Parts: sequence; C-alpha cells; structure tokens
Amino acid sequence: MSKHRIKSVALEDDYADDYYEDDEDQSGYVEEDGMTAEDQERLRVATVQARNTLGQGFTSITDKEIQDALWHYYYDISKSVSYLKNKHTPSQSKQDKTRPAKTGSQLAVHHQAVKEPNIHHLLPSTAKDFFWDSPWLNIPFHRQAEIRIEPVFPRLGLLGGSSTGEGKMSKIAALAAKRRLKEKENEKQRGAATHTSGLPEDTASGLSKLRIATSHTLYPHKEHPLRSRHDLQSASRIDQTQETPPKGDALPPSRQQGKDKRTEDNHQLNGSQSGANVADMRAKPSMFARTLMISCDTALPLSSRPPTLLPEPVISSFDFLKPSPDDIVLKAQNFKGSKTSTSSKQQKPAKAKESITNSMENLSVVEPETIKSKNLDVLAEYKKVERKNAANFVVIGHVDSGKSTLMGRLLFDLKAIDERTMQNYKEEAEKMGRGSFAFAWVLDQGTEERARGVTIDIATHKFQTERTSFTILDAPGHRDFVPNMIGGASQADFAVLVIDASPSAFEAGLRGQTKEHALLVRSMGLAKIVVAVNKMDRTDWSKERFQDIKQQMLAFLTTAGFKSENISFVPCSGLQGDNILTRSRAPQAAWYNGPTLVEELDTPEPVNHALEKPLRMTLDDTFHDSVQNPFSVSGRIEAGSLQVGDQIVVMPSGIKAFIRSIRVDDEPSDWAVAGQNVILSLSITEADFDQINIGNMLCNPAFPVENVSSFTAKVLAFDHLMPMPLDVHKGRLHIPGRISRLAAVLNKVDDSVVKKKPQVVHPGSIARIVVELDEPAPIEAGRIILRANGETVAAGHLE
Amino acid sequence: MRLVKRHIEPDGSGSVTLYPEEPEDMWHAHNLIRPTDLLTAPAIRRVTSESASTGSTSSHRVHVNLTIRVKSLDFDPQAGQLHVSGRVARENKHTKIGQHHTLDLELNRNFTLTKEVEGKDGEQGWDSVAKEQLEEATNPQKKAEIVAVVMEEGLANICFVTQYQTLLRQKVAMKVNRKRDGAGRSAKHDKGVGKFFKTVLDTLLRQVEGLIEQTEEAKTIPILLASPGFTAAGFLRYASERAFATGEKLLQSLVKRKAFVVVHSSAGHLYSLNEVLKSPEVRVKLKDTKYARETRLMNEFFEMLRKDDGRAWYGPKEVEAAVEEGAVGRGGGKLIITNSLFRNQDVATRRRWVRLVDRVRKESGGDVRILSSDHESGKRLEGLGGIAAILTYPIVDLGDPEEEQVAVVNGNDPP
Repeated sequence: MSKHRIKSVALEDDYADDYYEDDEDQSGYVEEDGMTAEDQERLRVATVQARNTLGQGFTSITDKEIQDALWHYYYDISKSVSYLKNKHTPSQSKQDKTRPAKTGSQLAVHHQAVKEPNIHHLLPSTAKDFFWDSPWLNIPFHRQAEIRIEPVFPRLGLLGGSSTGEGKMSKIAALAAKRRLKEKENEKQRGAATHTSGLPEDTASGLSKLRIATSHTLYPHKEHPLRSRHDLQSASRIDQTQETPPKGDALPPSRQQGKDKRTEDNHQLNGSQSGANVADMRAKPSMFARTLMISCDTALPLSSRPPTLLPEPVISSFDFLKPSPDDIVLKAQNFKGSKTSTSSKQQKPAKAKESITNSMENLSVVEPETIKSKNLDVLAEYKKVERKNAANFVVIGHVDSGKSTLMGRLLFDLKAIDERTMQNYKEEAEKMGRGSFAFAWVLDQGTEERARGVTIDIATHKFQTERTSFTILDAPGHRDFVPNMIGGASQADFAVLVIDASPSAFEAGLRGQTKEHALLVRSMGLAKIVVAVNKMDRTDWSKERFQDIKQQMLAFLTTAGFKSENISFVPCSGLQGDNILTRSRAPQAAWYNGPTLVEELDTPEPVNHALEKPLRMTLDDTFHDSVQNPFSVSGRIEAGSLQVGDQIVVMPSGIKAFIRSIRVDDEPSDWAVAGQNVILSLSITEADFDQINIGNMLCNPAFPVENVSSFTAKVLAFDHLMPMPLDVHKGRLHIPGRISRLAAVLNKVDDSVVKKKPQVVHPGSIARIVVELDEPAPIEAGRIILRANGETVAAGHLE
Repeated sequence: MRLVKRHIEPDGSGSVTLYPEEPEDMWHAHNLIRPTDLLTAPAIRRVTSESASTGSTSSHRVHVNLTIRVKSLDFDPQAGQLHVSGRVARENKHTKIGQHHTLDLELNRNFTLTKEVEGKDGEQGWDSVAKEQLEEATNPQKKAEIVAVVMEEGLANICFVTQYQTLLRQKVAMKVNRKRDGAGRSAKHDKGVGKFFKTVLDTLLRQVEGLIEQTEEAKTIPILLASPGFTAAGFLRYASERAFATGEKLLQSLVKRKAFVVVHSSAGHLYSLNEVLKSPEVRVKLKDTKYARETRLMNEFFEMLRKDDGRAWYGPKEVEAAVEEGAVGRGGGKLIITNSLFRNQDVATRRRWVRLVDRVRKESGGDVRILSSDHESGKRLEGLGGIAAILTYPIVDLGDPEEEQVAVVNGNDPP
C-alpha cells in the first residue's frame, strides 16, 4: 500500500510540472468557456424542460444546478431530474448545499459552536453537518477517522479511474469536491496569510513551487479518472501543508495543536527543517500514511461540496471530442472564483474528453503519437488577426476560350510566376508545337492536359493584390469535365466567365458550355460574375463586337438570375496581356477606359462564412504529401473551424482521425476556419486512409452529416425530367442515382403545387422530385446539380 | 437451350423438357419457371435411415429425379445459377410428398417443366407470354456478346452485354491523385493513372480469359472502352504499349485483332452503358440483337415523352387505362413491359399482366415488347414502373392523379 502511494506521488509531480508549463503558455485563453452556441441553446431548452418536469416542489433548485446536472447527463432530462430530486428531497441536505457560499470566518464560528469537544479534529463541524442524521455520529473522533480513511484510499487507488463504478465513484468525487471547496475557502485566506506564515524563505519558495504544481492537478481530477487518485492524495496533502499556517490565523486557538502537527508534516514533505518536533514525526514508521490520513480528515466536510459535481467522473469517461487536456483553464477559473459554476462546467466536458483521449492514446500500441491540442478558441484567434480579404474565384467558359491562358498571363503579370519558369514553359511549349499554350501551362500541369492542350481538372493557384489574396480555380471548359468544374465552382466565392470574342466562337460557346457554366455557377449560389471578353485582339479591338457580346450576355445572365449590378464586363486579351493588369496599349483599344481585369476582381466584397456552425469540409483530394505527413487531405472548409489535435470524422465511412497539422494556403497554421483552403495531415492508419475518397465529407464527430440513400429536392429543370438515372453532384461529390418519383410541378412564384404526379417535367419549370441514390452518401441541406447523359438536367436544393 | 420434348395441350396445360447448354439458359429458365409450376430435375438427396434393431442412424446420398411444386426461385446472374425451392410433389422411394427440397438446375442436364391449368390458384398454364418466352429460350440464333468497360479516372465497370442481360462482372475503384500545383506534382497524378490502368487491364484480361473458357466464340467478341474525356483512349494506349512490352498472349491477340473500340460516354457509372450502346460503333456490331432493339425502343419512348404530345404514357394505372380505351392498337401502338412483372410471386398479378398483353395483341392489334429487366433499357423501364405504352392517338389526361399515386406505389399488387 505505502509503496503504491509513493509511486503516485512521483507520478503526480511529473504531471504537475507538465501543466505548470502549459499554464504559462495559455493563460490568455483561460477565460474562454468551451461551450458552443449549440450547446448553450440546448442547455437552455433542456433547463426549461427540466424545470417543468421538476414542478413546484423543487423551485429552490437553481438554474445552475439544473444545468450542471443536464450537462453531466448529456441533456438526458429524465436522468437529470431524478438526480436533482434525489439531491434535493431532504430539505436539510439542501441547506447543506447552500453552505459553500459561507465565508471562512463564518464557517469557523460555526465549527466552534458545534464541535467544541473535538479539539483534534480538523474542521469537524462540516463532517457533523454531513452526517447529522447518522446514528454513529457520537463515536469518538479517533475511531471516526479510522473508519473513513480505510475505505477511501483503497478505492481511490484501485478504482479511481473506473468509469463503471458509479456508486463508488460518486463517493470519491464527493470527497474530492468537498476538499476542493475547502481549499477554495483556504485560498481566500491564503493571500494574506502567506505573509504571516513565518516560514523560512527557502521553504516558502519550495512551497510556492509545489503550490503551483498542485494548482494544475488539483481541479482536473474530476475529469481525469486515471490521474484523479494521485491528485486527490497529493493535492490534499500539499494544499494542507500550505494552507495550515494561514489557517492558524483564521481558526480559533483551540485547534492550534492540530495545525502544528500538520505543519510538521508539511516540512517533512518539503524536506525543510523548521520544527523541533520534526524528529518525533520522522521516527514514526508510517509517516506517509499518516499524512494522507490527516489530509483525508481535512477533506471530510462533505456537506460543503456543491452537489452537482457528483457524477462528473463517470460521465466524462465517454466522450472523446478533444484529445489533449487543458486543466489549466479550469484551474484558473476556480482560482479567480469569479466564474459562475455553470460556465466552469461548460469547460469541463471538453477537457474531460481530451484527457481521456490522451490516456487512450498513450495506451494505444498502433499509434503512439499524441497530438496535443492547443485548445485555442479558433474564432477569437481568427478575429484577432487583421488580414487581407480572401476570395476564391472560379474561371469558367467554353472550351478553348482561353481560360487557362488568361489566368497564366494574370499570374505572370502579377509576378506570381517567375521569369525563368515562364521561359521554361515557353520553350517546352514551342518544342511541342504549341507555342501559344505557354501561359496555359502555368495551370495545366498534367501530362495529358499539355499533350492535348485541354484543361481536364481544376487547377488552383494563389496570388495577391494589394487588398486581397486570391485563389484561382481554373475550371476545364470541355463538356466531359463539367463534373470537375462543378467541384471547383463549389469552392468559389465568385466566377470569372471567359468568352472568346473571335468571330463565330462566341456564338458556338454560347450554345455550349458558356451557357451551361453560367447556369451552374448561378445555381450553386455564386452571385457575382466578371465577364472577361477574351481574344479581343482577334477582332482588332472592335467596340461593336464587345458591345454586341455584352448585350447578349447581359440579357442571358439576368435571365439566369444574376443581378445586373453583380455583372461586369472587361475586354481583354490573355495572349497579349491587354487589360489584365495594365491598360491595353493598342491604339484600337483606346475606347475602353473601364477597370482592368485585376481591378475588377479587386473590388473587395468580404464574404461571410458559417464560422459558428459544426465543421463541414468536402474533400477535394486525398494524397500522400510527404514522409512526415503521409496522409493528407485537402479542401475548402465550408462551415465551422478546426485546429490541430481536433478529432474529425469522415463520412460516409465514419472513419475517425485526428488532425496532425494544418496548412492554410500552404502556410503552416494551428487552426483554420470556414472559407479557407486547407491541407490537413491526419493521424490515421493506412487502411482507414484508403477508404477516404474525394468527395467525402469531413465533420465534427459530435455533429456528423448523416448518410442518406434518398432525398426530396426542389429543382429547376433545364431539360425534361422523368424517372431516369442520373448523376447527383454536390461539390466534389458525384454519385449515381435516379429520379424515383416526380412528386409535383410547382408554381414559380409561391411554390404552390400546380400539378401532382406529372408524367414529365418540362424545361424551365420548378418541380419537387424524389431522388434515390445507388449508395448512401453524406448529403445534407444544400444545393445539388443533377446531370444525365453529359448534360445538366436540373439544379436545386434539398428539402 | 435445346428443346427436348414439348407437349402442350390447346388449353395451355402440358410440359416441356429442356436441355440447358450455357449459363444464359439459366436466365431463360428463371423466366419460364414460375411459382406453383411442377419442376422435375435430377437431384442429389441425403437420405437418413434408421436401423430397426439398434436405433442408430446412417445417412447416404442418393441420385434421384425429383418433382417439386415450385415455391420460390433464386437466380444468381453473376454465376448463372438457378436454385428452385419447393415441396416434393411426387413420392418416390426416398422422399415423401410435402418434404422440402431445393433443386439446383445444372448445365447439360435435362429438366422438365409442367404447367397446369386451374391449379388451386387459377394458374393459366402456358399462356401467351410463357410460350413466347419458351420460343425465345429455344431459339438457336447465334447470340452476340460484347464486353464493355465503362470508365472514368479512378472508376471502371467491366460488364458483359449479352442478348438478354447486362452483367456487371467487376467494378474497379481506385484513388487517383489529382494534379496539384507546384513542380513535379502532376507526376503523382500520372503515376496514379498508370496504376489504375494496370489494375483495370489485369482485371479485364482475367474476365475475358474466363469468358473464353466458357465459349469459343468469345475469341472474337469486341471490347468497348467507354469514358468521358481521354481516359479510354489513354487506356487503349496503355494496353497497346503493354502488349508490345510484355509477352502476354491474350493481350497481344486482342490488340492484334483490334478488339478494343473506344467510344464516348458522359460518365463512368454503369448506367452510362446506355449511351455506349447508342454509339454508331456499337450499333453496327449489335445491329439486330434484341438488346439493340430494346434500347432503340426505349429511346423512342423517351423521345415521345419529351415531346409530351399525349402519346407516351407510363405507370401501371395509366397504361391499363390507355389499353382499356383501345389506344394501344394498330398503327404504331406499342406496349412495353418488363419481364420482371411476369415473375411476380402472385398468380393473380401475373394474370393481370398476361391479360393486358393478350388484349393488346389480340383485340387492339398493337405491338407488345417484353423487355429484359436485366438490361439497361429494362432497368430504365423499371424506373417508370415496369410498364409503358406508346399510343396510336394522343390522350391528354389519363385517370385521376390521386389514383395514379396509389398505382405507382403499389405497382405490383393485385388489382
């Protein structure tokens, strides 16, 4: 037994040191509470329900207590209510619970009055309170102490971490909580008392060091079942040692003797030589046990414990939201004493999850690596930093309208591509007999793409202007690659539509993908569109041609649903570089004095992203990045935020993983928020990683997307709809399915049903349809595109 | 399938003895055999005997010819196996009437199918549809087969298209890294594509090898490579290069006789096969096959539905109403129905559809096309409720929309 305890102490010290350091780092975040908006709302609703369920008889229960209970029972109202009822039924015990509010001095007076005879006992009055109705209360003190200590310690030592022993745990927790409360009281006194303690200098410093260590391990023990026993032992012990001197001032002289005794113990522990009676104490064989016993005595006033803390250790064992502990925050909250109990509770579950996850990871054989979450409040971090506007835009248009060349030119002019690389591209392009494709090669990196001179997949590239940092998503124009274009457009904030102005090419494009792309980006919710009328040099900068195209496109785009103020036109030439970064120098182009393409892009329009919502991110790509980060995924965060150390779940497979590192726009970062393009390195097994595919959804494990195998959608038909097989596109997700039922044709204005069960839905009408998927996929509310036989047949959103 | 003996009375009762020769014959048997029919086939049954004196039991297997009354069928299209379960209808030395048995029909073994009229469920015997199916099954016409690989980057569906079925033999799904910006990043993509092609080609060759083992004809079948973009072309290039680089005989012979045909499809999913079969390259090869006819018919129907001129209707209730009006008649009236409706467990439902077919044929003089539900076109038809009709004259509105709703939901229920 004693051997075991010694071991515990050592362990505890290690922990203590660790967390001490952490505290220094993180003191800035101490005040953040770990509750999300959803949680708060849920808590509020549940509180009202619980209050109703409790009824009139329990009006004395405070909201805080209810909320605490709810939190620990994971919003299980019936459990919480029964718990509260149990706690509050005897009105006497209710009174006890209110006692924590009392100040130390009040307590002291109370002690005197009640427990005068038990001179040796430490704070006996609270014990009496707690056991006020126990028949064995009058047993002599020394026996009382014996009885209690024996059950407490073995239990703490052996079962402290068990998540199953609910009954036992609650007793331990009761002790722990009570002890903590007592310490709180002591802390209040400590401030003044430390000056008067009269300890030698070196002892004081040793103590203060210890005290800090304690402070980290003391409070979290509730959430940290494995460690809690060490905490309990050492914390109570050490705190005592520090608290005793100050207590001496506050307590009546009748208890001075007990105090002295503990002071001695204290000195023993710290290895300091202060008292004359140290020698006797040392002579006793079971010094350690004795110390512990006394500390347990100190902990006895159970009644002062806030009742709601009881079930914590049990509950906290179940969730694994965040991986690493941050006990400091909690400690600091308690330290300040300014936090309400509710808010401190809000912190706890998250931390509990972390601590357990940590211990689980330590146990794991396969993945010895532990990822420490810095537990940042990502949103606060995000707001803290002043940054440029960030925007993604997708470049769309008919095949061979010069999208890639235009963007290559833009990047070159903005010096995002250096001269030498460009020279290389030029030489290679010449060699392949495709000299005019040199600029396109900036984005068309694929072998096949270069050989054929056609963009196949989305290419991304970044550049910065003075005000904004942009990400280009260069979409393929070929009709076969519209799925890729949809994937790219789903990540964009606005679109650049490139039109080939050369004779008859515009007309061909309009029939082809110019129209389809414009419709697609509109149905994906992009509001702003910049129309770059490209290849103006081929028309000899004809103003008439430009105006003609502008008029036709304006008419088309407005009918497609773009507002005219969100449409702008720029005549330019990608190959020559006119009106892209700099105004055209060609004399024929002098008639145009509007903004250049870059100026047009750079009209800042900050986009709001759903930062507060649960994490959602559709995977763009999965790849082996490097030896250090073998399992990487990339994409744009659609909603929510994440940070290193977070656990995530990938749907539809339900595979869980931790985030090892984050790169935002190719810069390492500790966190990322919605709207940012990220590459995440995951901590995951190879086998699991193989099951993660492009188009999968990365979510917060607490709020995962559900897999659905069929859904109802309200769509605008671009083609005839009938029960038929088709492709369902949602961003990068692209899966086969079929229309199983045409539910109704709807009125365009008020959505009223025009015709039930139509045989066929005609182009241009709005219909409610039921789509069945071949296999379940993570689709939740949002915009979808339906394609069949290589054509977009409908677009709409889920109902 | 060879017809060994045919003995059908004018009233529709009678029996036929058939000799299945190849896996697809099992598919025909699956359509011919219906619940409540009598099926006689060779079987192996384990017989347990108890010795009278000691009470100890011993069991041994016996080869018997068993006759069962069919209760249910289980068809495995991939393996071409048909399991028919039911209860023994004729007693013999080893079995008693009423004992359960599952017959596994085997290739190259005769089986006899007996259909009765006025069975206890009012069975129709060899009705017009069954007779037609029997004709089809015993038609010795050479069947056309093609292998099609519908693919896109990272996904390939290898299927066999026969007269009556589209069999998805294998699906290959692999992760192919996307191109990324930065120097040399596209190398990963190229490597991924190469790996993908290798896997697909390996799988394809294995499947073709198996096919050749089954029938010698398979040595001349074409292999269609369909994909959006350039994937199929890239795959063909890879296959040719590999044929020259390595000594794989099968691959070399395929390349030599130009078995690979590249066609366009809009996606790599299986249903894109329908586009593949529309392509001129395929039409030439499959000109007069049942499959090509079916596909053409469905395309025609969908085209009319698009026009919405009131001549194309689908759904059980609507089509029945149209037939009732006599709109599916001479001069272009066509009833399109999938054969899965005739496989229904319920006799009355089956009778309902057989009557509809007879009525169109005999009374209205319209055309009836029974589509294989195992084909792409049949699947499209099943999406429409399994039944559709092209009318001789337009009808603007058929039936009450409320009723239609019920009809579609309970499409297969008795009337």
